[in-house]
Amino acid sequence: MSTILELSGVTKNFVKHLDAAAKLARRLGADVKEEVVHAVDGVSLKIAAGEVVGLVGESGCGKSTLGRMVAGIMEPTAGDIRYKDRVVSAMDKQAGRETALAIQMIFQDPFASLNPRMRVQDIIGEAPILHGVTSRADAGDYVAQVMERVGLDPEYRKRYPHQFSGGQRQRIGIARALAVKPEFLVCDEAIAALDVSIQAQVINLFMDLREDLDLTYLFISHDLSVVEHISDRVVIMYLGRIVEVASTEDIFDSANHPYTQALLNEVPRLDVRGFDYQPIAGEIPSPLDPPPGCHFHPRCPHATARCREERPQLREIAPGRVSACHLNDG
Amino acid sequence: MTDTAPTLQVENLETHFFTKDGVAKAVDGVSFTVGRGEIMGLVGESGSGKSVTGFSVLGLVDPPGKVVGGKVLFQGQDLLSIKEEELRHLRGNRIAMIFQDPMMTLNPVLRVDTQMIETVQAHDASVSDDEARARSRDALGQVGIPSPEERLKAYPHQFSGGMRQRVAIAIALLNKPDLIIADEPTTALDVTIQGQILYEAQKLCRDTGTALIWITHDLAVIAGLADKISVMYAGRIVEQGGLGDVLDHPAHPYTCGLLGSVPGHNTRGKRLYQIPGMTPSLLKLPKGCAFKERCPHADAACETAPEITHPVEGRALRCAHPQVDLAGVAS
Repeated sequence: MSTILELSGVTKNFVKHLDAAAKLARRLGADVKEEVVHAVDGVSLKIAAGEVVGLVGESGCGKSTLGRMVAGIMEPTAGDIRYKDRVVSAMDKQAGRETALAIQMIFQDPFASLNPRMRVQDIIGEAPILHGVTSRADAGDYVAQVMERVGLDPEYRKRYPHQFSGGQRQRIGIARALAVKPEFLVCDEAIAALDVSIQAQVINLFMDLREDLDLTYLFISHDLSVVEHISDRVVIMYLGRIVEVASTEDIFDSANHPYTQALLNEVPRLDVRGFDYQPIAGEIPSPLDPPPGCHFHPRCPHATARCREERPQLREIAPGRVSACHLNDG
Repeated sequence: MTDTAPTLQVENLETHFFTKDGVAKAVDGVSFTVGRGEIMGLVGESGSGKSVTGFSVLGLVDPPGKVVGGKVLFQGQDLLSIKEEELRHLRGNRIAMIFQDPMMTLNPVLRVDTQMIETVQAHDASVSDDEARARSRDALGQVGIPSPEERLKAYPHQFSGGMRQRVAIAIALLNKPDLIIADEPTTALDVTIQGQILYEAQKLCRDTGTALIWITHDLAVIAGLADKISVMYAGRIVEQGGLGDVLDHPAHPYTCGLLGSVPGHNTRGKRLYQIPGMTPSLLKLPKGCAFKERCPHADAACETAPEITHPVEGRALRCAHPQVDLAGVAS
């Protein structure tokens, strides 16, 4: 399979600039610094065409920021994103627009991501008309076709978002993304807000769309059961860095990184009854002031002196499998 | 109170919402019991009435909703017939509630210590400030908040989401209640924080004999935590029983559907079972069995609403077409 998307050293920093008072204080000699959050810190990753990659991590680990950079909503502070072997930030206007259309995003909250004052036909139809995917005259039929594709009755095209249930609204969001004929979907917690039975319907829809339209997915979720179900490969992030990448089987059957192991240990499962829950020691450290060395060392049961000082690099531990942990050095 | 009386016994509870479009029977004849130290999972999807059941037990249903029938026996005492004054004394003292959003419990403009000391003294005015502060500190420590003495002086916004939920839980634990009703307390949290909270909940029930009702739509959490389970659909309990009995031998087609639609280990790459359609509006429930329009086994028998049956001891079911022979399974 050919690589469709490649990230190399992608970094995103958010800087909280100083206000006037703080600048003045600094000029007078006070020790005030700009606060920098390293939301995404040097992430490199290849995604093959037709693949479903699950991206997992706790709140604040940078997974949504990474997804937004892939979808072109945010620009990386450093590093390159290549789509089909071309660097996105260096593309000319035409190619940039095509790439922006080819990578679409589906958001978590189907209540916040749809304009409440637009009718469904306009929500879905606006972008394809603007970008010439369909003509204004054919837009009606085109929208109906897309709505059917995601399991919505085209009869409802004149309705507003508030007239739909949560599951249907998420389908509208999916239809809007599909309407511009994308090749790559970034799903950011796309099913987290849905009820169990509706969740199953939307997961099945994603899998059908993948087969029928040859889509590639970056599936961002904190729900490991869903990721296990849907993904071919899983990427685990912790505090802005990738700590492990492996096939779904390898991650769930024999996780390498202590963080992955700890995370998997906490996943409630239907077949595990009367589980003795054990807390993972400590909290997620603040990304404003991440610990030196390996970010996970304060919570890691195997941490050594080296983990406190030296940042572990992502290293291949088996074919197609990387992990960033000093323990692998033996 | 006798030792044999269950901590909570709910019989035929009915809570209706009188809206201008009609009467919504949010809770329609719900019965269950929870004993000392027992954990019951109350499972259902949005709009199934699981939260309203919790609110009804505590007398927290606001107009246009009203509890119109049934009994809520807490240690033998009917909460529906006692005065608001007495009920208020029980709430936060003997019975506590944990909400999905901790900010429903916490006051954003008061320091945590103020709120916790207030909670202690509201139910026992004779407790001195120092004593109440000491108890608050212990409760914070109990839910795993580091350096509780300092954190007491913090405001709610100075805590992260998971910490805030733990503070809310600490407040619920303050007076060592006999019953806790937890309404989706971990739904918005990361798995690691969820694990921590489940650990505290489990420990509390085992150590102090607190009865716990855990309201959720997440069957996997219930599988690890609960002793028994009640499944709600459209205001009614459709299936009830011991945890393993229900999860391993689900009899109601809705329970089977829910279990089938949970993704995970055994479903990798396969299609998930999906329950067709969606939860009906409580104002427009189909006649007969409320689930019949989504049920693959529905037939003429489902035109009349199924009564609750008890095929075997400790198991309740509301269905004309049970999917397993429960008597056969039990033997």
